[in-house]
Amino acid sequence: MVNQRKIKVLVCKPGLDGHDRGAKVLARALRDAGMEVIYTGLHQTPDDIVQTVIQEDPDAIMLSMLSGAHNALCPVIMEKLKENGIDDVLVGIGGIIPDEDKTFLEKHGLKGFYGPGTELKTIVEFVKNNLKR
Amino acid sequence: MSYSNLIDKLLKGDTRAAARLITVVENDIIAAEDIINSIYKYTGKAYILGITGSPGSGKSTFISTLTKIFVEQDKKIGIICVDPTSPLTGGAILGDRIRMKEHFTLNNVFIRSMANRGQLGGLARATEDIIKILDVYGCDIIIVETVGVGQSEVDIFKSAQTVVVLLVPGLGDDIQAIKAGIMEITDIFIVNKMDLAGADRKVSEIMQMLELDMNYKYDSNNVMNDYAKIKRWSPPILKVNSKTGENFEDFIKLIEKHRIFLEETGIISDYQKNRIRNETIQILKHKLTKKVEALLSSNSQIEEYIKLVMDKSLDPYSMANLIVKLLGME
Repeated sequence: MVNQRKIKVLVCKPGLDGHDRGAKVLARALRDAGMEVIYTGLHQTPDDIVQTVIQEDPDAIMLSMLSGAHNALCPVIMEKLKENGIDDVLVGIGGIIPDEDKTFLEKHGLKGFYGPGTELKTIVEFVKNNLKR
Repeated sequence: MSYSNLIDKLLKGDTRAAARLITVVENDIIAAEDIINSIYKYTGKAYILGITGSPGSGKSTFISTLTKIFVEQDKKIGIICVDPTSPLTGGAILGDRIRMKEHFTLNNVFIRSMANRGQLGGLARATEDIIKILDVYGCDIIIVETVGVGQSEVDIFKSAQTVVVLLVPGLGDDIQAIKAGIMEITDIFIVNKMDLAGADRKVSEIMQMLELDMNYKYDSNNVMNDYAKIKRWSPPILKVNSKTGENFEDFIKLIEKHRIFLEETGIISDYQKNRIRNETIQILKHKLTKKVEALLSSNSQIEEYIKLVMDKSLDPYSMANLIVKLLGME
């Protein structure tokens, strides 16, 4: 119990998207995998997210997006993280992300792309195996 | 690894450095020792406000409304929210930020969520260290939200200058109010959700309990050292509505009144002494536990003692005494 290193994950709902069942299920699954999960609720702006990341210092950010605004919001989030010198945090995304948008988002540094039907353990393993620190 | 770079930045009020150092003290108690050692001399400026209450009593919403007022007064606010760790998996869901959304992007509000990692008492092991980091970071007021507590998670009064307990109408009858624990450590009682039926009844229940308490509380010979800070202070009871902000101005006045009371009576120095004493005991417990665990797993003598206890030629108390001897600290 001396070094209680725990994986800390921020689960986020960016933008005007009111459906967070998936985010909550994911938060629960990550918790059950022994991680400390912060959930910030709906309607997060990129600034909200980046400030939360600065203050909470998580190891990973998991964005849940069902609204279709991913191409607009994700690059802004990634840019603002960079502006604040945050380059050692894993950023994963899930929800409804059409295949044709993946390359664009990957270029901006996003990973994961887990849609409906993904097994929870797949996402848990993804977080564990892709941490940058 | 040296943390001097981060500490230099912290002293200049750098937010990321504060956040990073908090992560370090949470995860690594040995590094925490170094960090606190370097920054301790800069601590002591912040006023620490403890907010506690049962799950669902509205702590996070209450803090959010309170923060809004402090921000208007140009104060820099640190908020530490403690949530429970699952005893089964070691994981945790930290959800207190949800109620504090409107402050996320304010420069002078720093919110940090933490899991209690199995520590009883309503706080986490590292909470005291994090308070110190936020103090050095430059917060004027540090608000500590405990886990949703039952009746005996009272550690907060060892850390905070003013302890606020949130109660809500309709939970528990008057017998709950005379039980020991939480109710004894309170500096200010808040009946939250005052718009609900039963708020006045709640107030009168607390009032009755306080009247019963009066006699021994006012007899200073009878007051234990730990409770020094509540002697001669009769905890006020205030109804508020955290959603509308109703009566919050009165609450701010009560905090100020309590602060002045602590200073004018000199109780503040008792408080500081107790805080140092309690914190040191915690640290010692931690260190001694480690030492004992190391001894128990490495010393061959122990197995022999256990056999003796099994044969009934030794009892567990006597065995413990022998181990104390082995530790060389009788």
